[in-house]
Amino acid sequence: MSALVFGGSAQFAALSVVASGGTLGAALGTAALAHSRFLPMGIALGPSLAGGPVRRGIEGQALVDASWAMASRPDGTFDRSFLLGSTLVQYVAWTLGTVVGAIGGGAIGDTDRLGLDAAYPTFFLVLLIHELRSGRGRGVAAAGGLIALALIPFTPPGIPVMAASLAALVGLRRRPPTPAGPPTAPGPDPGSPHDEEPR
Amino acid sequence: MSVDVWLLVLALAVIAAVIKGAGPVALGGRDLPPRFTGVVALLAPALLAALVVAGVAGRDGELGLGVEAVGVAAGGAIALRGGSILLCVVVAVGVTAVLRAVT
Repeated sequence: MSALVFGGSAQFAALSVVASGGTLGAALGTAALAHSRFLPMGIALGPSLAGGPVRRGIEGQALVDASWAMASRPDGTFDRSFLLGSTLVQYVAWTLGTVVGAIGGGAIGDTDRLGLDAAYPTFFLVLLIHELRSGRGRGVAAAGGLIALALIPFTPPGIPVMAASLAALVGLRRRPPTPAGPPTAPGPDPGSPHDEEPR
Repeated sequence: MSVDVWLLVLALAVIAAVIKGAGPVALGGRDLPPRFTGVVALLAPALLAALVVAGVAGRDGELGLGVEAVGVAAGGAIALRGGSILLCVVVAVGVTAVLRAVT
């Protein structure tokens, strides 16, 4: 599954539904919802990819949360090479990790005992800290976190994260003109970490 | 588990590929309207915050904090001091493992 799907949230969402006795349709529907955030992310990514529609569609398969976030530039474009390279590394690690887990998971026993359950949240937290350096990013992150927090007890895995993306709709509001120049289009705030440290 | 696992895997692979492939093709590679770009630029903090919350406080669909929250916080503290992602993750995993061993 990891080699063919390569989407943690969709995989975990589908498996959790199946494991709890859900139907194939319910599992696929939940996974599709969890995966649907890649649609607007892919639309945003499109102009930064190379070639015609077929090639862009193929390159779009490299879309994963961390790569997308790290490859984004302050002007709304994306570093295509960084995204592809970053995803390749993650794909190999994700697939190999799944193989190792499937084969040797029984020997390791409870992976939580090793503290491995802290790895993914920490990874996301480090990325988030870079995003929090802009005022608008802080507000949206807080809203997104609260939305997820509120929905966790009531919705299947994947849904709270997807619903949290609604917080980004604040970006539809036009930003007030700055004294030094013409009105600015909505976008990443000045002072984004991307200005300081290319990743 | 009555669901055909391979059917699930293949159907999921198709759904994932279609969703990921549709986005970059949807607008023909044209630039996005500025307002849409503004929303997209803010998706990252919203999604990342939700992923952190779900990963730390949302285990098994229930709200709650475990010792991994302390580990993640330790990793975050390292990040605030300019540590690399790898160092942050190693610290978080290590702190969580130690706390879990002694509690």
